[in-house]
Amino acid sequence: MPLLEVKQLTRYFPVQKSLLEAAFSKKRDFVRAVDGIDFSVSRGETYGLVGESGSGKTTTGRLAVRLDVPSSGDILFDGQSLSSISSRNLMKFRRRAQMIFQDPMAALNPRMRVGPAIRHGLDIQEIGSEQERRQEVVRILERVGLTPPELFYDKYPHQLSGGQRQRVVIARAMILKPEFVVADEPVAMVDVSIRAQILDLMLSLKQELGLTYVFITHDLATANYFCNKIAIMYLGKIVEFGLRDEVFKSPKHPYTVALMSAIPVPDPKHKMQRAIPRGEIPSPINPPSGCRFHPRCSYAFDRCQKEDPGMTRMSGTHYVACHLFDKPSSV
Amino acid sequence: MSEEESYGRIFVQLLPRVSGLRKRGLAGWAILAGSTIVSLLAIMTITAPWLSPHNPIAINVGPLLSPPSNQFPLGTNHLGQDMLSRVISGGAIMFQVSIISVIVCLLVGVPIGLFASFKGGFTDKTTSLVMDSIYAFPGLVLAIAIAAMLGPGVVNMALSIAVVYVPSYFRIIRSQVLTIKELSYVDASRMLGANTKTILVDYIFPNVVPSIVAVATINFADAILTAAGLTFVGLGLSVSTPDWGWDLTYGRQLLASGAWWVIAFPGLMVVLLALGFTLLGEGLSELFNPRLEK
Amino acid sequence: MGQPLLKIDGLSVEYSTMRGRIRAVSDVSLNLEKGSTLGLVGESGSGKSTLGFSILRLVPQPGRIVSGEIDFEGTNLLEHSQEDMRKIRGAQVSMIFQDPMTSLNPVKRIRDHFIELYKTHEPSVRKEEAVSRAAKLLDSLGIAGERIDDYPHQFSGGMRQRVMIGLALALNPGLVIADEPTTALDVIVEAQILELLKRLKDERQLTLILITHNIGIVAEMADIVGVMYAGQIIELGPTEDMFEDPLHPYTKGLLESAPNIEHPERSMRPIPGSPPDMVTPPSGCRFHPRCPRVFEPCPLKEPALIERKRRLVACHLYD
Repeated sequence: MPLLEVKQLTRYFPVQKSLLEAAFSKKRDFVRAVDGIDFSVSRGETYGLVGESGSGKTTTGRLAVRLDVPSSGDILFDGQSLSSISSRNLMKFRRRAQMIFQDPMAALNPRMRVGPAIRHGLDIQEIGSEQERRQEVVRILERVGLTPPELFYDKYPHQLSGGQRQRVVIARAMILKPEFVVADEPVAMVDVSIRAQILDLMLSLKQELGLTYVFITHDLATANYFCNKIAIMYLGKIVEFGLRDEVFKSPKHPYTVALMSAIPVPDPKHKMQRAIPRGEIPSPINPPSGCRFHPRCSYAFDRCQKEDPGMTRMSGTHYVACHLFDKPSSV
Repeated sequence: MSEEESYGRIFVQLLPRVSGLRKRGLAGWAILAGSTIVSLLAIMTITAPWLSPHNPIAINVGPLLSPPSNQFPLGTNHLGQDMLSRVISGGAIMFQVSIISVIVCLLVGVPIGLFASFKGGFTDKTTSLVMDSIYAFPGLVLAIAIAAMLGPGVVNMALSIAVVYVPSYFRIIRSQVLTIKELSYVDASRMLGANTKTILVDYIFPNVVPSIVAVATINFADAILTAAGLTFVGLGLSVSTPDWGWDLTYGRQLLASGAWWVIAFPGLMVVLLALGFTLLGEGLSELFNPRLEK
Repeated sequence: MGQPLLKIDGLSVEYSTMRGRIRAVSDVSLNLEKGSTLGLVGESGSGKSTLGFSILRLVPQPGRIVSGEIDFEGTNLLEHSQEDMRKIRGAQVSMIFQDPMTSLNPVKRIRDHFIELYKTHEPSVRKEEAVSRAAKLLDSLGIAGERIDDYPHQFSGGMRQRVMIGLALALNPGLVIADEPTTALDVIVEAQILELLKRLKDERQLTLILITHNIGIVAEMADIVGVMYAGQIIELGPTEDMFEDPLHPYTKGLLESAPNIEHPERSMRPIPGSPPDMVTPPSGCRFHPRCPRVFEPCPLKEPALIERKRRLVACHLYD
């Protein structure tokens, strides 16, 4: 049984209306952040959710750890529905699933020192004695590379560098020994030379704790390094997913192809051959009809505007949502 | 964490960080000047019984309505009371009223502000509506109305001022909470299993404290001026206590006969104390939320 | 050949903060030939943005240029009056800023941005002419003519950046400084803007300083690369040479830490440690605490920038 199962998930956010609009127009507008997605993550996988702004990847990540509830559809964690979870089971869930945030400065309480901030999870969940909790914090500080731990225990976030703060964020999540971690752009705001350090730390923790990751990012190169499975999101839908090498080496969806061609290559001799779709990402309030990508797609034809493509199987693990590949075997 | 520990933590957060004032430039000077003024006036008020040359409420200690002289450096009023003693002792009421009103505001305004704005939705909307309605009234007018209903006395004066001021606390706290609750460290605390109380006490309140301190000090200044105003219109206290507010009231009437010293010195004191608190408040505000932060 | 278009000599910029004085730029010297693109690479705290701002003397308070010379087309910009600098900014040297959201005036229409630009530098130009020139320019940048009457909030991020580029190029400056022009943009929009910049570079023979932390962009766009660390230029040379055979250990580390899908075995190698504290930077060579090839002289003496293998490098390994 997969650890995480997402079924027909949607999340719509109502758009705030001004007084005049509320008075004179009955129409309610919604931001369709997540507009019907299905995927599952098995234990031990590093599942990448890749997309640009408005793709819905961050919202999906939050839904997966129950920081938010769906508008429709369901999320099953280890077989249990997160939508209809009791508060006692939710508390237990909070030990099993954690999140690593994008902005290390915003993710740490500026008024809490490092030690107490990391400890707080143990305090709330009442794990271990005072003594044991402090020892655990010291242990995890060392584990994430913040040594000497006694020095870092008493520091405030503003006294740390970006990379160090992100390690604190990781420590705070890992001290609870979770099974499942959603990492939302964990290295986007960290210096380039430090990124590999942080990602390697996350991977080694995966080994040690037997973690399953969902890795959210817009940076394909990083996803290529970290993930073994990739799902490409566009305007609230998943347009392609599969094993990392399948998606990177033989992308099928025109949007995926465009993204792959845009990855910068640090080699002056390499000639960039970009496949750039025209225009920009439309607003998720009124997404295009049929296939969301059709207005920008060079391969679009009649059907694309009328019908939302379902998933077509390219291989046992590789699926794409595109009318170019519709075969009788499409789901 | 135990209840005591969390309240203890709250108390510790309230102690402002005043280290390295010299380096803070203008803000540091403001805090230094402000706290000096306030401290000196507080000391003067506390040591008044020993400091005053005469009993401030004893009448006929000197000639009636005599201008400043060697014997009575600040002159005497129409009852023959020594103005110097009255000025030294008159601050007590001001301090009492302002301290009580600030305490009431903190005990009432802060929890309401934190809770309503964090909860959001209907709770937030209705509370904001109530607070905005109170805020819309000109402060002194509302204070007068409430004081008239409650009657004389230090506590009643303090309460009427508190009612007028609670919305200011609410607004400042609300704007802070609305920003903070969107930050990922609040999400992170949810991920650890924190309930609303823990989030408010450990994550939101400590980050709202600097603004509360700033509002509270301005509250002090405003309370003093309002207290003087309430006494001025006769809604303050009984006659016997020495009070700058009373001196202002009578002093105004006596101004016509040329006795400027009765209103001038107490008036100066009121302004000075309000100034002290304002400097302190603005300085603290700049210190905690510096506008030129890089 | 002749005179380089831009010649920076011994430039130092300091910030006075509450914690002490920070040397954001330390004794930087470089030459830039007309028509070439310099890629200034570095991480946070390297001083690359400060260097870019210094050329236009736009260093924000509490920063100050404390020493050096910036020669542009023969004259020292640091000796100009504020009035003269105003004439130069936008017309002879212009800048493309990082965040298109906040770099445009939200209460002014796009046409008014351009009118203001022309009024400041070419006061004889009439409004109508300014607007029609601007519309033509924006058209060549991919923005439909009628949109010139819109406000910035009606544009998406990518389009705002095109407007910024338009403003930067409208008066045909000799030098354009682009400070992280695509960092705030989505992947595909970034691709669009980079292709646009490449095209403009060729069409207009631009001299460009491209400030970025993304070495992929530098590999594609720059003729010369300058690597900055802790306020200093530690290596400066032709792009191909730098990538094929990086001399300075930091340059090598930077190249190896970047993700490379074509050659994954040579990528994602971290540099240990963290960027230095700029109030009390390390002694001697500022990179020495993190350097895999550190030896005796490194903590003691700051290495000077010397010429080796067709470039400049500051490292005791090559003394």
